[in-house]
Parts: sequence; structure tokens; C-alpha cells
Amino acid sequence: MTMSSHKAAAPTGTGITGRETVPVRRRRASTVALFFLAGTGLLVSVVAASLLGSADIRPLDVVSTILRHVGLGGIAPTPPLPGLLDALVWESRFPRVLLAAAVGMALAVSGAVLQAVTRNPLADPYLLGVSSGASTGAVAVLLLGIGGSISLSTGAFAGGLVSFGLLLLLLGGGRVASPSRVVLTGVLVSQFFAAVTSVILMVSGDANSTRGFTYWLLGTLGGARWEGVTVTVVIILIGVIAIQFFAPALDAFTFGWDSAAALGINVTAARIWLMVLTSVITAAAVAASGAIGFIGLLIPHAVRVLIGPTHRTLLPLSAITGAIFLIWVDAFARTAFSPHELPAGVITALLGAPAFALILKRLES
Amino acid sequence: MGTITTTQLSWSVKGHRLLDSIDMAAHDGKTVGLLGPNGSGKSTLLRLLAGLRRPDTGTVRYDDTSLDDLSRRVLARRLAVVEQDVSAHHHVNVRQVVELGRTPFRGRFDALTEHDRRIVDAALERTDITDKQHQSWHTLSGGERQRTQLARALAQEPQEILLDEPTNHLDIRHQLELLDLLTSLDVTCVVALHDLNLAARYCDHIVILDHGQVAAAGAPEAVLTPDLIKSVYAVDVLVDREPTTGALRITYLAATATRTTTAKPLRLDA
Repeated sequence: MTMSSHKAAAPTGTGITGRETVPVRRRRASTVALFFLAGTGLLVSVVAASLLGSADIRPLDVVSTILRHVGLGGIAPTPPLPGLLDALVWESRFPRVLLAAAVGMALAVSGAVLQAVTRNPLADPYLLGVSSGASTGAVAVLLLGIGGSISLSTGAFAGGLVSFGLLLLLLGGGRVASPSRVVLTGVLVSQFFAAVTSVILMVSGDANSTRGFTYWLLGTLGGARWEGVTVTVVIILIGVIAIQFFAPALDAFTFGWDSAAALGINVTAARIWLMVLTSVITAAAVAASGAIGFIGLLIPHAVRVLIGPTHRTLLPLSAITGAIFLIWVDAFARTAFSPHELPAGVITALLGAPAFALILKRLES
Repeated sequence: MGTITTTQLSWSVKGHRLLDSIDMAAHDGKTVGLLGPNGSGKSTLLRLLAGLRRPDTGTVRYDDTSLDDLSRRVLARRLAVVEQDVSAHHHVNVRQVVELGRTPFRGRFDALTEHDRRIVDAALERTDITDKQHQSWHTLSGGERQRTQLARALAQEPQEILLDEPTNHLDIRHQLELLDLLTSLDVTCVVALHDLNLAARYCDHIVILDHGQVAAAGAPEAVLTPDLIKSVYAVDVLVDREPTTGALRITYLAATATRTTTAKPLRLDA
């Protein structure tokens, strides 16, 4: 090299060598502890939430009932419950708790993915209109009979995908939009699909079905039945696990598409897969429970504060935390004002709106 | 170390030819400066070199391998890119940014190994940013961000680095430190620069672009002549040697009233 005379001036980092890696180790240990805590919390929540309600059931009865029904009756710690209570736990409460867990998981993971893909901390499937599009798809299939014999979930999936596509189109494909632009575009998409849903409801529904749908659109887990719950849980679990494969890509998106590509990520493939998978799990959640908002905003942000923004740990911990969160929100929704039941979406909105304001404030500072 | 060569590289957008038949080479461990006015094609050329855009015609080669035969991941194991003015959307800290440099070496579910961590430590040390490793990206100054990005690039253990105006927004001391560091590395660098004096001082080889074409290429003293600078930048300059160091010195005298350009106008036929 020709200009070697200037190289002697290179700064040398004297005095700061040999920094210990203790903080890193401690952080990893605490991550493992958090996962353990979250996993235990989820199991406890499933059992505890199945107890809540009018009948007098003990925790071990719930455990025994569940074990007996999944063919592990041999290790059940207590004798069988009377038929009516058994049915209450197994046919009504447990599937509802399971559905709450799956939906909470889907929405939290979906929020974390959307925040990385739109590079916007305010992204959430509900705020960006994906939930709204999925609702429109579901209503269109159910009331207009579009697509013949396709199921409500398929309609919700198609609607979610269309609204997501529309959102990305309006945001201008590859360029990075400002947070306010992303949110405003989300409002636009969300309002548009809400209007389409209203039109379909008014034109095709009778008074009864309109009232039922309006309640469903607010977001409720009251409709949980085994046949639907199993499909929803399986779809969401597969989707959430598949998204985990894209954790490195989501990390690499931190500085934009070109930056991710320069780190060896196949950006186009990752974006398409993430868009499809997010639509699938969001649609499965919406088809089962209507549009429950703000979970995708609340949970990933809370988890980021705890363990940082790395998606390898952020995604699974958000999934578990989201599941626990919605189990308890739903337990509150159905017991707090008994015999009246609140839509879970109303409670998440009550909690989510202040959180949104908080994140917005933090974003501006 | 590695060699980057391009042959007859061309790229156009909507009929505007932004790069026209570029032939250039960056050899083992050398620092190549890309100069030229705004819009002359420096950033575009860097994107083509990085494989972020596909050329219409022509090829880019890394050593003897065409870019078309290298997967993104394999390329990222030898080539690092430092872009201009990047922004992060959430609160990543310096260390997490530098760890991104290990992405092309990690499996989807692999945790960082002890080896990865040592490389990240070394990159932080090399760019003198170890002190700030737990600080959030958003709280960093322009110079610290640039050094963090460079540390991330070093964590890729590259043979080649492409940098797009890395001295932008840096104060003079940090400009000198950054280029001192770059030229001291055993890495082939292609760096887009605005400052002719910095280019003269640090680059082994200079390529001047004008309207998407190579206006001149060669050693700094051969390329940075008053006539050429006037024809490309439309600025009258005095070129002499700084008396104490003997380094090439370019003094800007005045912007010329009309551009007496020898370069061809923008071609619209594609």
C-alpha cells in the first residue's frame, strides 16, 4: 500500500482491553430462567383458568380430567368428576382456554413479525388492518357464500392476505416508510375492510346474524368448540414454529432490505414466507375469535424490554407470554361481570390504547 | 484478501443509463476510491458490486468466480457492505448490531459460539467502540454509528468491504481515524468518497465516474489533475504537494461558470 506513512496514526484501543463477557453469560442464564418461568406460567394458567367460574372444582380435578380425556387416565391423581362437571371442564372451559392460548400466541407473534417487516414499532395485525381484512373474508364466505364450500377460516385467510398485500402495496413495496405513514396506512386499510364488512352484514344478514357477527367482530372466545379449536391450535402452532425459521432474517431486517441481503439473507423469499405465515396465523386467530386488538403491540414490546430485540428468543417468549396474557384476559372477561360476559377484544383495547400512547411517546423522544 | 473485477458493467432504469460499460478492478488488499459528482453512479456501482442489483449487461467477479455463481450467503461470508445513513427501527444495542455480522456463518437455530463472540469482541476493539457495546443505537453519535457499522462489517471477517461515503457526518478526526483503520486492514476496500484530498491521501487507486462512465482511473497523482477535476466537477482547482508531508493537495479555487464537459451527456437510448 502506498500511503503507509499515515497508518501509524491508527487509533489503538488501549486501556479497555480484556473486558469480561460476564454480562453476556448472565443475560443467557436469565433468558433460560425466563423461558422456564414462562413455560410453567403457561401450564399453571391453563389449569387455573379452567377452574374459574361458577362451579366448585379443585385444581387436581382439572388435571385429572384433562389427563383422562387424552388417554392418560392411569396417572390421574383424583377420581373422575361427576358427568356434568366433567363436561363443563372438558367440553366448555378447557377448549376455550386452549383457544385463548393459541389466539394470544398467534397475535403476539404476528405483531413481532409485522414490527420487523414494516420496520415499525407500532405495527400490530389489528392496527394494520390484517385482522379487519380477515374479518371481511370470513363474513363474505359465511353470508355471501363466495367461493362455494370453502370454510370460514379459508375466507379469513384470503381476506387477511389481501389486506396485507394491499397494505404493503400502499406502503410502496421495498422502500421503508415512516412509522406514522405505516400506522395511517393501516388505519386506511382497516377502515376500508371494516366498511366492506358492514356493507355485507347490512345487505345479507338478518337482525339476528348481524348482532351475532357484531359481537364476534369485537373479539370473543365464547365460540370455542372442540372441532374448531383443534384445527385452529394446529394451524397456529405450525405457523408459529415455521416463523421461528425466519428469526435470523427478522434480525437482519433491522437496517433494511439491502442491509439484510448483504448479510446473506434471501430477502424476497423471507418476506413472502413471512407475509403468508403471518396471514395464516392471524386469519386462524380471527376466524376463531374475531378481531382482538393490541396483543401484537403489547406483548412483543414487553418481552423486548425483558430480553432484548433478538428474534431467536423474542419470538418464542412472545408466543408463550401472548398465550398466558389472553388466557387471563378471557378468564376476566367471562367471570368479572358474571353472568354478563365482556368481549375479550374490549379488554385488550382498554389495556392496549395506553400502551400505544406510551410507545408513541418513546418513539418521538 | 480478494480481488473484485467488473467487465462492461451497465445498468439502466426506465431507459436512463445510470452505469455504462464500467471496467474496473480492486486488487488484493488495496483501497480503491470511487469519486464523482452527485448522481455520477457511485452508489449504483457499489450496489451492483454487492449483488444487490443485477446488471443489465456485464459481469462482476470475486477472484475468479462470477457473482451469478455465488449465493447470497456464500458472498456474505467474504464481502461486507457499509451503507450510507442506515437507521434502526427499534432499540438494538451496539453489540447486537455487530453480532449481525455473524449472520452468514450461523445456522437458523445456532446460538452464538465462543468463536463468534471472540470475533465480535475483536471487531468492537478494532473500531474502538468496546466502551459503548451495551449502549442503544439511537443514543450514538454519527461517528459512533459509522464505527459500529464498520465493526459489524469486520465481524463478517470479509476479504472485501464496500463502503458508501463512510466519512459523511463525521468530524475531521473521525474521518481520518476511519480511513486510517480501513487502509490498515488486510482487506480489499472499494470506498465512495466526496473529499478529493482524503481520496488522494488514502486510496491506492482511484476511479472517477461521470454520468455513469469511467472518466479516469489510476493512481491518485495520475488521475487527480486540474483538467480532469474541472471537466468532471466543474471546479477550478490548484493541485500541488503539501510542503511538510509531500502529500497530494487539492485546493478549490472557484466553480466554473459553465461546465466545459468532455464527458458525454446522459444517454437516453438503452
